[in-house]
Amino acid sequence: MPDFCGIQLEHPVINASGTYDAIAARRVFGDALLEDFPFSAFVSKTITPEARGGNQPRRIWETPAGMINSIGLPNKGLEGFLAEDLPQLAELPVPLIVSVMATNREDFSRLVAAIAAREEVAAIELNVSCPNVHSGLIVGEQPAETESLLAALRPLTEKPLIVKLTPNVAAPEAVAVAAESAGADAVSLINTLKASAIDPLTRAPALAAGHGGLSGPAVRPIALQQLRAVAAVTEIPLVGMGGIGSGADAAEFLASGATLVAVGTENFRDPRAGSRVANELETEVYEAPSRL
Amino acid sequence: MTAPFGRRLCEVAGNVVSGGYRIFSLLDREGPAPEPGQFYMLAAAGSWGEGGGRPFLPRAISVAEAAPAKAGVRLDFLVEGVGPGTDRLCELEAGEGVWVTGPLGNSFQTPKQVNPDAAGAILVGGGIGIAPMAIWRRHLVERGIPLRVLLGFRNQQHSGGLDELFCAGGTLCPDVRLASEDGHAGHQGYVTDLLATMLAGDDATSAVVYSCGPPAMLEAVRALCSEHGVACELAMESPMACGFGACFGCAVPKADGGYMRLCVDGPVVRGDAVAEVAHA
Repeated sequence: MPDFCGIQLEHPVINASGTYDAIAARRVFGDALLEDFPFSAFVSKTITPEARGGNQPRRIWETPAGMINSIGLPNKGLEGFLAEDLPQLAELPVPLIVSVMATNREDFSRLVAAIAAREEVAAIELNVSCPNVHSGLIVGEQPAETESLLAALRPLTEKPLIVKLTPNVAAPEAVAVAAESAGADAVSLINTLKASAIDPLTRAPALAAGHGGLSGPAVRPIALQQLRAVAAVTEIPLVGMGGIGSGADAAEFLASGATLVAVGTENFRDPRAGSRVANELETEVYEAPSRL
Repeated sequence: MTAPFGRRLCEVAGNVVSGGYRIFSLLDREGPAPEPGQFYMLAAAGSWGEGGGRPFLPRAISVAEAAPAKAGVRLDFLVEGVGPGTDRLCELEAGEGVWVTGPLGNSFQTPKQVNPDAAGAILVGGGIGIAPMAIWRRHLVERGIPLRVLLGFRNQQHSGGLDELFCAGGTLCPDVRLASEDGHAGHQGYVTDLLATMLAGDDATSAVVYSCGPPAMLEAVRALCSEHGVACELAMESPMACGFGACFGCAVPKADGGYMRLCVDGPVVRGDAVAEVAHA
């Protein structure tokens, strides 16, 4: 029974933001989804202040042991989320973590204040892989930007604030330390790695956006190293993710300093991957530690 | 109707060559019978990406036919090897396992459901897209709904499935007409040539058109139907990682702006709901 920032969870496996739409999944699979919910907490897709349609297709491209995506954060915006999605997500049998993103401090504050005020929400994840429109810098790539954002958001809520780190930096541990010093309760990592693919038929970029983010087993060793580097310099709980597809994979992250692990791309291959990873952790890995 | 939650292991019951395509069958002991137009996410249980790391994701494949089996449902899929995923599916051998999620997505509506004044159906299939036309044709025939079927292929190499899916007693069903770009079968030219001729006739305005095929063909069908004021349903394809609304990869532009997710809002889409069928 992991304790994550004071939230009691049934097991250490949650989902990565943007890799599971519990509302759509319930339409497809019915209430069986709720009876055997795959994750011990549910992380929403990233919510932005205004509604977004998402990027022009093509949005995904399969790569060796992974995929590149440039989805573009389609979502209903804060108002639409609160009115339409939140009541449905509140019916899930696990704590709800809402992921948010904005391109300036005022909008970020508005999002955090409005979402933290809802009792259905257990924690908030800050997606900082976005530019600050004032500085033009990607917040999560700059320790100072991250620190000043957290300093602004921290006073707004007592609910846990989780900072989702980008892996596209030389030293993610510096950003993690900045987040921790400014009051973050936890850090999650890694987000996707910036990547490109060329369509062999057209010799042009395969994705309409030209590039996207790489995920899947291909990124797992990179995720493990970044997790180890961050764990070495922080005290707050860490959520480790990046290509986890089995209990043995998850055990590597737990052994590297993670309190929780998140399953992302594997959900696309197996809608019940979260339960499977949790069961494998329990039965195969903990009971047979030599397999590590 | 909902799909069983999660993926399940199904056994390959058979896999035969049919022209340039393969038809493989799975024995599904747990799932409900699919509706015409629905699809499954499929991945071989063994040798799926172990060597070069691809295929990695499951593949979305429309069901071509379904029939009650001793224990469950037999599902037939028509495939052409065009990449690492479909190449592997073409190699499936009887007895091996396939991870199956589904049936997924929506299904075709009867002509009367689409248009209360409609009297019959025109089915237009191209290439591997003839697959969902087969199961839909059988459902319409069983309901006694008048129909015509137009099937087109690029050339002999890129054709198949007719003997197994559109023949009775060894001959092509009488409601089926063929077109081929190389002239090896039926009308030499596009299948949409046959549709254009048919829609120009007086009796066609009371039909509903159902179509599945490559994007350029679907766009021609959509434009022809729009021009003649005939309702149509298109079974579309879009790059898809999950099939259950999770990945947001299968975005298709809507006629009224924004995007739909083809896996949960399709794969069957009304012609007037999409602005244009674009090449993915």
